[in-house]
Amino acid sequence: MRNILIVAGKEIQEGLRNRWVLATTLLLAALALTLTFLGSAPTGNVGVRALDVVIVSLSSLTIFLVPLIALLISHDAIVGEMERGTMVLLLSYPVARWQVLLGKFVGHLAILAFATLVGYGAAAGALAATGTTIDSQSWVAFASMVGSSILLGAAFVAVGYCVSSLVRDRGTAAGISIGIWLLFVLIYDMGLLGLLVVDQGRTVSGSILSALLLLNPTDVYRLFNLTSSGNVSAFSGMAGVAQTSHLTPPVLLAALAVWALVPLTLAAVAFSRREL
Amino acid sequence: MTVTVEIHDVTKRFGHVEAVRDVSFTLPEGETIALVGHNGAGKTTLLKLMLGLIRPSRGNIRVLGEDPAAGEFAARRRLGYLPENVSFNSALTGRETLAFYARLKREGSGALAPLLERVGLSHAADRRVGTYSKGMRQRLGLAQALLGAPRILLLDEPTTGLDPALRQSFYEIIEELRGHGATVLLSSHALTELEERAGRVVIMNRGLKVADGSLDELRRIAQLPTRIRLKVAASGIADVQSRLAPLGDWRRVNGHMLEIAAGSDQKIELLRRATAESGPIEDVDVAPPTLDELYAHFLRSQEVPR
Repeated sequence: MRNILIVAGKEIQEGLRNRWVLATTLLLAALALTLTFLGSAPTGNVGVRALDVVIVSLSSLTIFLVPLIALLISHDAIVGEMERGTMVLLLSYPVARWQVLLGKFVGHLAILAFATLVGYGAAAGALAATGTTIDSQSWVAFASMVGSSILLGAAFVAVGYCVSSLVRDRGTAAGISIGIWLLFVLIYDMGLLGLLVVDQGRTVSGSILSALLLLNPTDVYRLFNLTSSGNVSAFSGMAGVAQTSHLTPPVLLAALAVWALVPLTLAAVAFSRREL
Repeated sequence: MTVTVEIHDVTKRFGHVEAVRDVSFTLPEGETIALVGHNGAGKTTLLKLMLGLIRPSRGNIRVLGEDPAAGEFAARRRLGYLPENVSFNSALTGRETLAFYARLKREGSGALAPLLERVGLSHAADRRVGTYSKGMRQRLGLAQALLGAPRILLLDEPTTGLDPALRQSFYEIIEELRGHGATVLLSSHALTELEERAGRVVIMNRGLKVADGSLDELRRIAQLPTRIRLKVAASGIADVQSRLAPLGDWRRVNGHMLEIAAGSDQKIELLRRATAESGPIEDVDVAPPTLDELYAHFLRSQEVPR
């Protein structure tokens, strides 16, 4: 346990030093603030549930940005240290490989969580500071949006490690990571949409669609946030999906957790088998 | 004498390549051992095996009584390793880097300052490692290897990038640790440098151990001739050959110098004759075979029968 914290501490220290923490926090905060104030334009000032609108726009932002940031900081974690030659020295110390991996995971997740909390928190804070009234229900929805964003980040950090511990050089890891991002964030949904249009509801039943949605962590995240509260789903136009879906919020959260744990386990296995 | 490292019939294959073949040796405490060989002779593979970074394909290894690859960490805490071309994360300072490694070895932060002082990095301790020169990185590498009073030091090409003064202080540190009972294994190309420092030499070639022993033992086995240089008064150069006969293998270096390659059995006899009264000899230089020559000899003698 102590070794994990030592490695995590070093990752955070490095993240602070090479400005990763600063850059991601500023990026998320800037985009969140922009969306908060520009995003309220279509609803005008009569919208009493301003934070619910913000949740819809921020979760769309998260789907694009958080996986990208997570893959950027994680794809290099193993293969990069191996290429630079720092891994051999680290592993000659009394520390197990799984401890190194888990320590990095904790460290990278802490960086991501900090950036998300501060960045999105700034948006909500700004909204509250400008005198908008926000009820407790909206706050709960906002908090679960931030929490699930961090969980989505965890899933993609784990996927990034998986890539990083399997490939031979950093360039390959970067290429595969970009491919994974494109697949999950853009291509998968388009493909799914195309499939539904072509199929016209003949073979793809509701349960098959649910299963297909669970196979993509960004879809799991989207469903969780855009259907979890009645107000939000009304704003996001997902109310119809929410009513017919078998996927309850606990199931979706569990699916996201599985998306983090399975790749992390695979990464640990691949890393422990790797010859140095 | 306590044995710290035991290597028993170890073979390591990477795919079809046998990086190390049937190598056995033991390392006692309080000794400096030089591990010598070409690039690709299996030196680094042996070090990684001892560290438990890779597992042997066959045979077994004990380091401080433990299997290093078994995931037990008691031994690793008492082991210092300096990899070839050591590198560190360039964003952190020297002190931060050393503090990180100290925490992993459960060393208090009080040990850092004296260690940095010892390797001559105190003035640069709070600068980023990215700004360090090659020699400074090497010194930081040495500092981390010295954390926690190691009982075994595995040093891969330790003096590359160090200037002569630092090299000297590096060997002083090594000698001090050895005096306290540490096993020091130096892998190097710089043979002349190791010659005076290593009590024992292990020569590797293409994964095989071809020689193992103290420098004197190896000289005896190799039976390489000692080179004797005689400076002769200009007038005596003509008849020196007849006076000293039989000379064996000899050559004339210049107008007043002869070089004789003398076998160990005729060396003393030859010197006696050369320094006899009224001889024309003005000066004598005796050079035993160097580690370089021994190394070349053992590589050749292994290659002939194959």
